[in-house]
Amino acid sequence: MAEPRRKTTIQGSPRRHIDAKAWIERSAALGRGEGELMALFADTDCVHMVVRAAGDKELEQLTVAVEGGRYPSVGNRHAPAIRLERAIRDLFGYEPDGLGDVRPWLDHGAWERAAPLSGGKRAAVKQKDYAFLPVEGEGLHQIPVGPVHAGIIEPGHFRFTANGEAVVRLEQRLGYVHKGIEGLMAGATLDRATTLVGRVSGDSTVAYAYAFAHAIEAALEIEPPARAVHIRALMAEIERLANHLGDFGAICNDASFVLIHAHCGILREEVLAAADFCFGHRMMRDCIVPGGLTVDLSKDGATRIRALVEELAPRFRELVALYDGTPSLLDRTVTTGVVAPELARRFAPGGYVGRAAGRNFDVRRDLAYAPYDTLSFKVPIYHAGDVDARLRVRIDEIEASLSLILQILDSLPRSKIEAVIAPANEAREGMALVEGFRGDVLVWVRLAVDGTIARCHPRDPSWFQWPLLEAAVENNIVADFPLCNKSFNCSYSGHDL
Amino acid sequence: MRSLLIRSIIKSPVTIDGPAADEHAVKELVAKLDNAARRVLGRSLSIREVDAGSCNGCELEIHALNNPVYDLERFGLRFVASPRHADVLLVTGPVTKNMRVALERTWNATPDPKWVVALGDCACSGGVFAGSYACAGAVSEVVPVDLTIPGCPPRPIEILKGLLTLIDAASRTGAAKGAGR
Repeated sequence: MAEPRRKTTIQGSPRRHIDAKAWIERSAALGRGEGELMALFADTDCVHMVVRAAGDKELEQLTVAVEGGRYPSVGNRHAPAIRLERAIRDLFGYEPDGLGDVRPWLDHGAWERAAPLSGGKRAAVKQKDYAFLPVEGEGLHQIPVGPVHAGIIEPGHFRFTANGEAVVRLEQRLGYVHKGIEGLMAGATLDRATTLVGRVSGDSTVAYAYAFAHAIEAALEIEPPARAVHIRALMAEIERLANHLGDFGAICNDASFVLIHAHCGILREEVLAAADFCFGHRMMRDCIVPGGLTVDLSKDGATRIRALVEELAPRFRELVALYDGTPSLLDRTVTTGVVAPELARRFAPGGYVGRAAGRNFDVRRDLAYAPYDTLSFKVPIYHAGDVDARLRVRIDEIEASLSLILQILDSLPRSKIEAVIAPANEAREGMALVEGFRGDVLVWVRLAVDGTIARCHPRDPSWFQWPLLEAAVENNIVADFPLCNKSFNCSYSGHDL
Repeated sequence: MRSLLIRSIIKSPVTIDGPAADEHAVKELVAKLDNAARRVLGRSLSIREVDAGSCNGCELEIHALNNPVYDLERFGLRFVASPRHADVLLVTGPVTKNMRVALERTWNATPDPKWVVALGDCACSGGVFAGSYACAGAVSEVVPVDLTIPGCPPRPIEILKGLLTLIDAASRTGAAKGAGR
């Protein structure tokens, strides 16, 4: 494989090859708390790791060769890598040397061939029943839930072990909505890949298209027009606003406080209707493309969004006051589902899961991309790590988004909205990180000489949040699981890919 | 809270008018259903939603049906927690191979007479994921489908229109005995 030109990404230094010894040392350092693991994924005959040193303005990209189908495990030194390595084994067949957990993760034995991204034709191996971790003790019972749940949510399996009402252990089994997106990406044209990336996780369609566009633009050294840069951020804030409003209501609903849910539903609906009016799609899907945008914001659209912000803000604040003034509701959310700060430090979860447990990180501020470097906003940090803290991060971020939307409209430049995308006629690479409503969305791409996608890895923030939900639920009552789960609101589709 | 409640009572409702059923689709459905099914279902349907691999976009819009603006329950339609309580399975996604068995089991657990609605482009045809090693394709590849509601995702008003088509078809009488399955 010809080595692609390693373009410096928007947020990272060029990728470096290191040998197995250095890879093991870096993994051990991660395990000691030196730096955060941001992504771990395979490419042909190699494995890439993206690391962020605390306080650093850049991401580090490291690569180790896969030799004889093996590479040194990161997961046996740094636990957050375990599921990522199980996924690499399922998709590429590369064996993480030293990883204790030999169970498959995404491969449920339903595909026609094993290691579908390896390019080979390995026959699928008949799988035994999934071996959940053993739990022993007197008076324990198990509750299996899913993949089809009682509510209107995505499928996944939760195995609860409970002692009376208290959860002793929750073990997740995911992968049910694995669609093979990375497989479909390989060889795809830029247009097709843009369509696919916007459907990795529907609630974050803007964030994914945004990160993908940045990665392609970094690879091809293209500057999108200033107006497009601003409108992209506008869409991202509208997406954040809509999702956080939905979550605010849904969390209260899971604590049986339906009134806030009903009103948040109305507010969310108004946001989506405004997005539909401005951009022709309620979720603003397929609006951001590499090079710019497919749709401009009209004068009427800008007026509509201003009116939305003005009407929504006081009604939203009234609901916050209602939340704050309802002790029976706070009784359900405060001290429920606690993520220990130490776990948040180790797993480096993005978004409200991290920021509610003291992880002071927001891509928009710490690895800033235009136009956020010129906008003013506060990043809320809480330390309790409970359902209440995750809700309060969202509440503060709704306020920040309302302010950001007005700032963007005030500074909206006039220009065209799309730059010409010219193929580079050589292999290229690009990577970008964008702050979605759920946390940091990372997209890594390698382009072939003809400009098609050779490899694309979209990494959902949920990868580093799901394992913490297992920890947060421990010692809570089974009946509080929906509340804890909703306060995380992890993506199944983004994780399963 | 009191002022919020009182204002909600005084103010005109936020709920919008329901759309008319799709006449063409109603006729098609009436031909499919037998009278027995229609008698059982009447004008009230219990719906069990099954995500069989969707990106969660469709789920967001299905959720919206329950908000005060669309207020699904005023039409006699409601979402239930178990397939055993359901008349209708509302299925989304390009049926991932990892969800195929779960979908089949859910269908088997739903008592007769039952209908299946494929919601969203993925459920209708496999959508952008058609041809993937990990997807079985359209819902109709796995279980028989009675009605499709395309869109990526369809707007709530379009979902509502599709579902109203179902109850409209169910409440009409006099059609020839359905094709059955």
